[in-house]
Amino acid sequence: MFIKFTQKHEWVKSEGKTAYIGISDFAQNALGDIVFVELPQTGAKLESGKAFGSVESVKAVSEIYAPVSGTVTEVNSELEDAPELLNADAYESWIVKIELDANSETELDSLMNEEEYGEFCKNES
Amino acid sequence: MNHKNQKDYYTSSYIPNTKDGQNEMFDIMGINSVEELFSDIPNELKLHRDLALPKTMSEPELLKHMKNLAAQNVNCDTHICFMGGGIYDHFIPAVINQITGRQEFYSAYTPYQAEISQGTLQAIFEYQSMICRLTGMDVSNASVYDGATACAEAMLTAYNITGRTDIIIAGRINPQYAETCETYAKYRGINIIKSPFAPETGTVSMQYFNQAITENCAAVIVQTPNFFGLIEDLGEISKTAKNKGALLITCVDPISLGLLEPPASFGADIVVGEGQSLGNSMNFGGPGFGFFACRNDYMRKMPGRIVGETADSNNNRGFILTLQAREQHIRREKALSNICTNQALCALAATVYMSVMGKAGIKKVADLCIQKSHYMYKKLIDTGKFKPKFSAPFFKEFVLEYNGGDIKAMNNKMLQAGFMPGINLTNIGLDNCMLIAVTEKRTVDEIDAYTEYIKKAGEI
Amino acid sequence: MGKNKVIFEKSVNNRIAYSLPECDVPEHNLNKYIPDKFLRVNSAELPEMSEIDVLRHFIGLSNKNHGVLSGIYPLGSCTMKYNPAINEELAKLAGFTDIHPFIGDENSQGSLKLIYELQKMLSEITGMHAFSLQPAAGAHGELSGLMIIKAYHEKSKEYNRTKILVPDSAHGTNPASVSMAGFETVQIKSDASGNVDIDDLRASIDDKLAGLMLTNPNTLGLFEVNIKNIAEIVHEAGGLLYYDGANQNAIMGISRPGDMGFDVMHLNLHKTFSTPHGGGGPGSGPVGVSERLAPFLPCPEIYADNDGKIRLNYDMPDSIGRVRSFYGNFGVMVKAYAYILSMGAHGVKSVSENAVLNANYLMFKLKEFMKIEYDRKCMHEFVATGAPLKEKGVSTLDVAKRLLDFSVHAPTVYFPLIVKEAMMFEPTETESKESLDEFVEIMRDIIKEADENPEYLKTAPHNTSVGRLDDVKAARKPILAWNSDKE
Repeated sequence: MFIKFTQKHEWVKSEGKTAYIGISDFAQNALGDIVFVELPQTGAKLESGKAFGSVESVKAVSEIYAPVSGTVTEVNSELEDAPELLNADAYESWIVKIELDANSETELDSLMNEEEYGEFCKNES
Repeated sequence: MNHKNQKDYYTSSYIPNTKDGQNEMFDIMGINSVEELFSDIPNELKLHRDLALPKTMSEPELLKHMKNLAAQNVNCDTHICFMGGGIYDHFIPAVINQITGRQEFYSAYTPYQAEISQGTLQAIFEYQSMICRLTGMDVSNASVYDGATACAEAMLTAYNITGRTDIIIAGRINPQYAETCETYAKYRGINIIKSPFAPETGTVSMQYFNQAITENCAAVIVQTPNFFGLIEDLGEISKTAKNKGALLITCVDPISLGLLEPPASFGADIVVGEGQSLGNSMNFGGPGFGFFACRNDYMRKMPGRIVGETADSNNNRGFILTLQAREQHIRREKALSNICTNQALCALAATVYMSVMGKAGIKKVADLCIQKSHYMYKKLIDTGKFKPKFSAPFFKEFVLEYNGGDIKAMNNKMLQAGFMPGINLTNIGLDNCMLIAVTEKRTVDEIDAYTEYIKKAGEI
Repeated sequence: MGKNKVIFEKSVNNRIAYSLPECDVPEHNLNKYIPDKFLRVNSAELPEMSEIDVLRHFIGLSNKNHGVLSGIYPLGSCTMKYNPAINEELAKLAGFTDIHPFIGDENSQGSLKLIYELQKMLSEITGMHAFSLQPAAGAHGELSGLMIIKAYHEKSKEYNRTKILVPDSAHGTNPASVSMAGFETVQIKSDASGNVDIDDLRASIDDKLAGLMLTNPNTLGLFEVNIKNIAEIVHEAGGLLYYDGANQNAIMGISRPGDMGFDVMHLNLHKTFSTPHGGGGPGSGPVGVSERLAPFLPCPEIYADNDGKIRLNYDMPDSIGRVRSFYGNFGVMVKAYAYILSMGAHGVKSVSENAVLNANYLMFKLKEFMKIEYDRKCMHEFVATGAPLKEKGVSTLDVAKRLLDFSVHAPTVYFPLIVKEAMMFEPTETESKESLDEFVEIMRDIIKEADENPEYLKTAPHNTSVGRLDDVKAARKPILAWNSDKE
């Protein structure tokens, strides 16, 4: 399992055809206390770069963009009642589990690795 | 103290700065003239003349002028009101003015700073709670502009939730509400389908409704009592709507809910309406307020302000504007609605009204409306000058067809006799029909007097 | 919870606060008139109280509110000026309150004259050709104005004009109204001096341009010095100019949006024209237009007929239609009309002069110990930043909350979005030098506190009816109505 990041601060961990998607620690920190996570339905098709849900804090709302394309096989329903889990540990709390599309390999390749993302965040703040 | 470039200043009882005070401020800032303050405005864009406005009036002159204008209106001091059509002459308890006249309430802004706005916030929380109890819904917002925009906002909410583009307006809802929905719809690609009422009953024609509804229907809007005052049978409409995956939006008269089963029981998803009847004056049609309540499922799709309960640092109960991520100041172009200022003070009046009426009073008001309107309905038919128009049951307002001659002439005579006789529906396609409303304020003597004049109206 | 009881917790079975007449017509069982299936099974559980209980409850609540008469209310962009006492009285005249909107124009000449004359006065003040007073609030006026822009382009068959340019300093209602009217928002940048970035404006223009929304003075309290140029650029590209009148209080009798080249605008009678905000309404958001856009105004039009009578015109084929019921928030118009009559031409000009003077004076004094974002002359409001306090661990929010302890209202905070830790002050013309000076001293003490006792600041307010409220808790587990089972 390896982790990759987008410029919009989502992460994706993939292994074989399965992947988990979440938001980065940088993102949860920037949002502050998260109060609500809008989740997609199981079975929803995600398209790389398109929004599939949103995270809300009291003063801000931020869309969650799919880092890669695929089909949602499970949503983290724990977040419905406890959105604060994203604040507590952004990398433990995945938002959706997906089945990757055939072409997702190239999509994954284009994302940043941990080191690159670290550099990217330095320039963002 | 005379300043170099200082011209003579206008003094007003509303502006505390004096000429000397202004000069002092200029000196402190090192500014020479008021013109200097406006130096960013290009000279060519300045208005180099006085505004052409009426001559200034002192307070006594103003009072006289305004009383003179007010006296040119037919009003409840001069005439007995049998008019409705969405705005009603219900009784307003004295308690309300005592509360809404408090500057702490009327002069405050939207309660952004919660810690010094607990009065407004708690009152809105109580308002939301009472609207939920009246309508049977789970959540309510803090109000919208009026009944018409409440319908339009509900329509947009259904469109946002379902992603579907058809809206069915079933039966005869208030024509102004329908027009407002049309305005809001036409620039959004929403298609409004009007499903007519059955001429016999005056309520939704199920035959046409069943034909009109498809899988692309976002919501059905039904008013009950409808524009004709008639009670719609929501059960069947609701079932059909649900089958097609459409939401049910009902527009209701809040007074009727004292005795009528709340729309929630029939499966309504969103309940809206005009709240003027709850403790607000008729005000020539505004301000009243619109209410908007829905099921829990759609809580985060509701437009407008919402107040929620929370706690302070010492765990004391407090209230605060919440779920704001839906709103324009955070979500900007992606906001569910642009509404911010609503009709808070009118909603406060309604909260006080519902508190004064209470559980028993709201029923009693509704009961008086039903008894008196039905008494009058029969009396008018007994004159032989009116005949029934529709067969469905009504609440406080009814349609009768006038067969005593020219309806316009009759209306004028009734006005001369001191009545606001009702609404002539000829303009909306119901020839010679009158819509007459009877609230708890009308007495048997007033009703009998009206009836007597009707008997004479054709003769004089 | 003993403290802050909601009204339902004070309810006692069978207490009543109402006084209603006995039924004076022959009474019948309800199901004689209305079938049982329509009749309510369970009563609506409204509170049961005596009249004195109701009054004490709500008077108690009012005591927890801050109004304009409680103390200075320098809430930027909201124009929290004094609401004249007489206007409250006038709006309560029975001839204005107890008039039915369906009574017909012959029988409502008093109301219609007032509306017509107010339309004319607003046209004169703003330089617009015509006004409709139908919109119920500022955002509603914006929506109406944008629909007018849409209707105008569609009338000329220019269906491709779908873009509205909105500066990044704009009120959130601007982009939200743009979407509601079926347009798309394109944000344009502000330059280093706080004005519209002309290069970015030019770069954003193409054949999809429908219009530009502008607040002038803008939300930073700064006059758009290039407004003529901006108007030319937009008009040349076939777009229309929308004026957000939220800041009209700065320029009355001095400069007019119509003369600046604006085609559509709205006003907020509850800001500039002294009508009270009511804790969040009712407001009134008249929409004004230039001559070529008049046919598109909301229906009906209220006009003076040849016989001098004021009448309603429903025959408006190009109108956007109705945007709400009846004629708008008439009760609010009564107050605005009375206000303009009591001020007159010199009075309204003096309003703007004093509003701008007070803002500049307050800015000048605060500059001694605060950072002002754009260091130039301001109009009726200005934006300071709490960013320098950040290193002391103190935020703009803390300063705002601490102000509440001194019976003064906080400025608008965290707006406009382009200024970090923004605090936006608008003192209005109805404050005196003395009250501004007092306010400055309170601010000075608070800023000092950031050094001396930051903890106290961070836990403010301390003297209000409740302490700092937990907005996260409210949003995570929303409790939006009182529910006896849950308490």
